[in-house]
Amino acid sequence: MDITELNKTEGVRDTATREADALETKEMMLNMGPSHPAMHGIIRLILKLDGEVVKDCEVHIGYLHRAFEKMCEEGGYLQVIPYTDRLNYVSPLINNVGYCMAVEKLFGIKTTERCDYIRVIMSELSRITDHLTCVGASAMEVGAFTVFLYMIKAREYLWELIEEVTGARLTISYTRVGGLKSDLPAGFAEKCRTRLKEVRKVNQEVHTLLTKNRIFIDRMKGIGTISQEDAVAYSVTGPFLRATGVDYDVRKDNPYLIYNRLDFDVPVGEYGDNFDRYLVRMEEMEQSIRIVEQCLDQMPKGPVAVDMEGRAIPAEFMVDEAKMGRTGGLLEVQAVVDPTLEGGTRANFNAVQTEEKRAILPPKEDTYGNIEGLMQHFKLVMYGHGIRPPKGDTYQAVEGANGELGFYIVSDGTDRPYRVRVRPPCFTILAAFPLTCIGWTVSDIIPTFGSVNMIGGELDR
Amino acid sequence: MLEHVISSTILSGIMIFNVINLAALHTWLERKQSAVMQDRIGANRAHIGPFRLLGLFHPLADAIKMFFKEDFVPPSGHRVLHTLAPFLSMVFALITFAAIPFGDVLRIGDMEIGLQPANLNIGVLYILAMLSMVVYGVVLAGYSSNNNYAFLGGLRASAQMISYEVTLGLTIMGLVMIYGTLNLQEMIRWQGRLLFGFLPAWGVFMQPLGFLLFLAAGIAETKRIPYDIPEAESEIIGYFTEYSGMKFGMYFFTDYVETILLACMSTALFFGGWQVPFLRSGGFHWGGTLVLGLPHLLVTLMQIGSFTAKVLAFCWFFMLIRWTLPRFRYDQLMKVGWKMMLPLSLANLLATAVILVMVGN
Repeated sequence: MDITELNKTEGVRDTATREADALETKEMMLNMGPSHPAMHGIIRLILKLDGEVVKDCEVHIGYLHRAFEKMCEEGGYLQVIPYTDRLNYVSPLINNVGYCMAVEKLFGIKTTERCDYIRVIMSELSRITDHLTCVGASAMEVGAFTVFLYMIKAREYLWELIEEVTGARLTISYTRVGGLKSDLPAGFAEKCRTRLKEVRKVNQEVHTLLTKNRIFIDRMKGIGTISQEDAVAYSVTGPFLRATGVDYDVRKDNPYLIYNRLDFDVPVGEYGDNFDRYLVRMEEMEQSIRIVEQCLDQMPKGPVAVDMEGRAIPAEFMVDEAKMGRTGGLLEVQAVVDPTLEGGTRANFNAVQTEEKRAILPPKEDTYGNIEGLMQHFKLVMYGHGIRPPKGDTYQAVEGANGELGFYIVSDGTDRPYRVRVRPPCFTILAAFPLTCIGWTVSDIIPTFGSVNMIGGELDR
Repeated sequence: MLEHVISSTILSGIMIFNVINLAALHTWLERKQSAVMQDRIGANRAHIGPFRLLGLFHPLADAIKMFFKEDFVPPSGHRVLHTLAPFLSMVFALITFAAIPFGDVLRIGDMEIGLQPANLNIGVLYILAMLSMVVYGVVLAGYSSNNNYAFLGGLRASAQMISYEVTLGLTIMGLVMIYGTLNLQEMIRWQGRLLFGFLPAWGVFMQPLGFLLFLAAGIAETKRIPYDIPEAESEIIGYFTEYSGMKFGMYFFTDYVETILLACMSTALFFGGWQVPFLRSGGFHWGGTLVLGLPHLLVTLMQIGSFTAKVLAFCWFFMLIRWTLPRFRYDQLMKVGWKMMLPLSLANLLATAVILVMVGN
């Protein structure tokens, strides 16, 4: 069906459209992007304008195509992880988690509880950074520059936190198949709580600047609407879908990790317009903060008591040992290692890594210290060896910041994935994008496009 | 006669010098003010040797950069109009200042010099006329660039400026009715009176609604957020999409000159211009008696200082607005202009007329 025809099903029309229909006018073609301040440099909209009213819109994507899926087939399973950082580069941790969970599903690995909690914490922090970027940027694009910098400031608090944990700000590659690169640093919980308080404060400030601002409401309310049916038909997910009133959230509907233990709400909108999307995002940040706070409370303790081989000691065994006065060996022993390996030492290791030896690298003490560890390490990293999930295919979805982020992985039993297919949330939204901008004006495209939160990395892959 | 020409030339020189320098400084002020509001440090990198001076060299660096950039004319654009447009904008914005009085009369010996480049008896009309000429530069920029974005910007600018000039003119009319003159100097002198014996009879107290409308329409004239529809850099880049180098710099500059102009007009029309409350020639007065005698030169300097301070305060206020609010949409702007501000200003005018007739009777 033609785009314009599709749009006829839309109920809401701008008055300007009707007025323009009465006059004889010429259409103007406007090529918006890829070099346009609001188009991120990676997308092109071909607009047909009647005055300022958009008559037709064609979306051209592919300016950031980097053959992600093909490249995944070229390296081992572990080598895909750094690529996933570059999918949605505003919340790379969620991509890491999604991919690793998919491979774990192929293996049938169960990750440790602490690992699950840390993954949730990091995912939610990423979701907050993503929403901060999206709301801030779209506020900037309608002219409220100060809000943008406030939100970037808040994002900076969180990125510093993420940097402390992962060692990088953007290309973090934090998760591993079966675990994590390292445990949380000491004192993370307190720092995280204070940072989240700061973020809350910034969000409160933004609420006062925007939520009741008449100009902002005029620019957002009733603009760029999409109906519930259309959104579902285009399989739109995430805040874009929830703003229309559908409460689909992977975290609730297909709980993964430990989301089913957490108490959080899925905010939904009503009209599916820009303002609802803005409010949904603002509320989701609040809910994410709640999730992180709950996780910090519930999370099993950090470095656990380990015996001299570095294994976690079951509680009853520890009691027996203590009865005989043999507690000396149970003390927490941590090796001093290079800063880049921090958290990868034995004491932290068992808390966050699965025991599955086919997938996970041994702790550094073992790699450097004994032959079994060295062999295990080599078997996983050497050319021709590596991680080899059993034959089969699997689909694992996580709730990305923009919607359902799915990884479909086919394994042929070798050390390389046969196929890695990503279901990017932006892709479906952009397919439906013309629906949200035809009939409104050129100026409305900007906040509408901002509320899509298009990330070229995951859209074009 | 010769004296008059010389004094006018000197006064014009002073005015232009101050306005241009203030406009350059304004870019620095704007950077610093926005930085304060946004938890940043602001421009502080440009330096001459070890001296950074809080980033005060940035306007200079900007100017140098712009002069050395390529002067680009789009191949399919109209070369003559494209070059002419920024000059039109700039020139008309600058000559508007001729009618702005920045002080009362300065007496040197027998000579009396009115502190105003040109004492026009239709000063207000002159300013409005020149202001509406500025839009030609903008429209021509949009037209001559042969670029759809610039074209949209030019169209938006012409529609916006024309719409808001109506309100601007009508709000000033209220004042003209009260002051009974179109001469800005006379208007300011009128505002030296006292209401109820203690309140300065500034325009803002005579026409509070008129002041708000004037301010809103005025900011629309300067094309700054929330009315920066012709620029809207994230939407259509602006009418100067195809401008580079110093030609772009001139548009940039015109914006600041217009902001200063609006600050000057608001000061002169609504905030008593160079008036200092209770200060008249000879010194401070209270209840008709001289409380503190001051020499003439000091009084004049205080008056000039008062004018400058008010203008700077307005500039600062415009910055606050600019860095707080988002921008309107084109049709919303038109709606606000024609359906809200115009009726309100008409009502204001009517109310003023009625009150004037009643008070007069």
